[in-house]
Amino acid sequence: MNKVLFAITALLLFHSSSTAQIAVKGDMVYTMAGDPIENGVVLLRNGKIERVGRFDVPSGYEVIEAAVVTPGLIDAHTVVGLAGYLNQPEDQDQVERSAPMQPELRAIDAYNPREALVTWVRGFGVTTIHTGHGPGVLVSGQTMIVKTVGNDVQEAVINPAAMVAVTLGNGARASSGSPGTRSKMIAMLRSELIKAQNYTGEDARDLRMEAFKAVLDGEMRMLVTVERAHDILTTLRLAEEFGIDIVLDSASEAYLVTDQIKAAGVSVITHPTMARHGGERANATFEAASILRGADIPFALQSGFEAYVPKTRVILFEAGVAAANGLSFDEALASITIDAARLLGVEDQIGSLEVGKDADIALYDGDPFEYTTHAIGVIINGKLESTEVR
Amino acid sequence: MRKHLLLGVLVVLTMTHSSTAQTRAFIGAHIIPIDGQEIEHGTLIIEDGQILAIGSAAEIEIPLGAERHNANGMVIMPGLVDTHSHVGQVEGGDGSAPIQPDVRVIDSINPRDSGFQKAQSGGVTTANIMSGSGHLLSGQTLYVKYRDADVIDDLLILDDDGNWLGGIKMANGTNPRRNAPFPGTRAKAAALVRAEYIKASEYGAKKAEAAKAEEDAPPLHLGYEALLDAMSGKKVVHHHTHRHDDILTVLRLSEEFGFRVVLHHVSDAWKVADEIAAAGAGVSLISVDSPGGKLEAKDNHFKSGRMLEQAGALVGFHTDDGITDSRFFLRQAALAVRAGMSREKALFGMTLAGAEMIDLDDRIGSLTPGKDADFIVLSGDPLSVYTHVQETWIDGERVFNRSNAEDRKYATGGYGTGNDQATFIHLLEREAGQ
Repeated sequence: MNKVLFAITALLLFHSSSTAQIAVKGDMVYTMAGDPIENGVVLLRNGKIERVGRFDVPSGYEVIEAAVVTPGLIDAHTVVGLAGYLNQPEDQDQVERSAPMQPELRAIDAYNPREALVTWVRGFGVTTIHTGHGPGVLVSGQTMIVKTVGNDVQEAVINPAAMVAVTLGNGARASSGSPGTRSKMIAMLRSELIKAQNYTGEDARDLRMEAFKAVLDGEMRMLVTVERAHDILTTLRLAEEFGIDIVLDSASEAYLVTDQIKAAGVSVITHPTMARHGGERANATFEAASILRGADIPFALQSGFEAYVPKTRVILFEAGVAAANGLSFDEALASITIDAARLLGVEDQIGSLEVGKDADIALYDGDPFEYTTHAIGVIINGKLESTEVR
Repeated sequence: MRKHLLLGVLVVLTMTHSSTAQTRAFIGAHIIPIDGQEIEHGTLIIEDGQILAIGSAAEIEIPLGAERHNANGMVIMPGLVDTHSHVGQVEGGDGSAPIQPDVRVIDSINPRDSGFQKAQSGGVTTANIMSGSGHLLSGQTLYVKYRDADVIDDLLILDDDGNWLGGIKMANGTNPRRNAPFPGTRAKAAALVRAEYIKASEYGAKKAEAAKAEEDAPPLHLGYEALLDAMSGKKVVHHHTHRHDDILTVLRLSEEFGFRVVLHHVSDAWKVADEIAAAGAGVSLISVDSPGGKLEAKDNHFKSGRMLEQAGALVGFHTDDGITDSRFFLRQAALAVRAGMSREKALFGMTLAGAEMIDLDDRIGSLTPGKDADFIVLSGDPLSVYTHVQETWIDGERVFNRSNAEDRKYATGGYGTGNDQATFIHLLEREAGQ
């Protein structure tokens, strides 16, 4: 019944102007700012959230109904948009292998907003992604935060230069040349960071130095993809040495060193719950998120990077598995909404249904984490972007 | 259902006289027998590795001396049948030729691989372990039960003559495409397959003629023998295929040489569902999180299950472990239901349909009295993400118990769970008399 109602209202919407005022009604509205609201209403106006609560819909609003309403989902780390679904050389722009350290590569220069994988994840309710250069070389480039909408990256982008992507461990080992060992990886990074400490740019601009300097100055954080416990500790040591802000990425053995991570005050974008437990992730656990929660370490979930089939995971499914493995429903939902927003530093704009925030909303016909529930609509910046039942 | 009850009553009558049998009663579960209606508050009775009786708890009498298992609030269904897995570090043919029917994966499997314990925790009880898809024909597959195993023999499923059972693995499309002697085009791939089956047919004819004339048979050719087993229907061909045109090529070759075929992966199945159903080929599906990852899987869609069901095809599922983890096997059914497949057919696909695809439907795949006591105890609905496999039973032995901390580790992952096992936990327990 809900689905039918939704289809009708959706149809109406397509014929209305894009500046329409929308009232989203949910049997259950998860605002992620306080308790969920039964029979709640979210009013959207001019792309922002105007009012949230339990009240009669004022006149002049077009109504969209769903069983469950959540903030638009945030994927705290992915490569979609740089990595395409065909997995052919021409649609794989997430790793440049010509040199081991290229922090000057900007994600915005490679991101394809029309990529099928962007549309795919949006269909499940994902409205914002932290995407960009992926793991696979020591320093692969920059990342950005972007909404899964539009044909023009400039319109969709929230933060064009969010972090510098670093990989440590086996993933960064060059097939020939350097770095060939773990120690060499750190030696190379240390050497560049020391150079950047002394970089002024007065004689000549050096884009690589500018990127490292931005890390040293706290303008960009370093996103370090790392799995093994000893590599995690090396990462913390390097961060302390240079006083830089880092985010641990994947970190499948983080549960072995939670005390040290907690003491360092570092956040973790934990590996996809369903990431394959092989290679350096052989010791991974489905309970990673739950363990981080228990250790009071800020974390978010990610779809991560996949080299083959599937080409990307879907953050909605990952959160469901986390909810089945120790996180509460609310914690799991937070890990792909408000907690992800906080970790990415965009919580003032997105991540919860609060007045003044962007009108990014996901609609479901039941418990979003159940495999048999469908995403039935996605609203971004107050506009219904997807009505596909998926 | 009536048959179940009748058999149950007969069984109860005879069992009161049995004193040595290992009898267990699982009482109070919601039972999904697959071959009949779901039972609200049911009882399952097993004895000596087989299912004795199944029915509503009110109607089934618990045999004297039976060990009682309280299964209130649990769901019991048959052990899952994975028609396509690569656990056990399995290997098949090497790079020397694209068609290697003499290669047997039984000679490569490491039974101490922790993937077996993980699969047990996912509720998988029977699997078809296969070599990869980098060959047109990479070898003979092996049907196994995920029993606790130290050596390969512990895993085997034997026929009445004591021979291990398995099928043939074939593939087309881009995966087997390589430099010569591998094919460089689709037409060449089909030509190579055709030529090999023709040679095997000729070899078979010579053998038959020699037998008739009571002359010496031609020298034994193990590869051709395997292909003859395929053409006679003794071994099922399990065929990796994705694109709609490749699927039809498989059906054409199957008809030409008379081999029985199960199509595997079949990304484009929804485009040619009617043709597949008309050919009578079984389909083993896999759903992954997103389409693509390779060109020929770009149209992979959860809706294949629904479309094939509507077309009347036999539909099963597989993990392709490590493409998907055996611990998430039930997710395959759930995603198919998400896209419109019926719950009934999806659960059938996870069990009895898979059993049919490996010719074991007379022994496994449903909770039918007389069949092997292979079943799983679930904490809730099999299609729910929140449900965990609590226990996995094979041939009446519990091979996984989530309440056991060591077992649980394999269900969730954690330090060391990727390492080979010196020996299976339960074998150690049994040796210790626990």
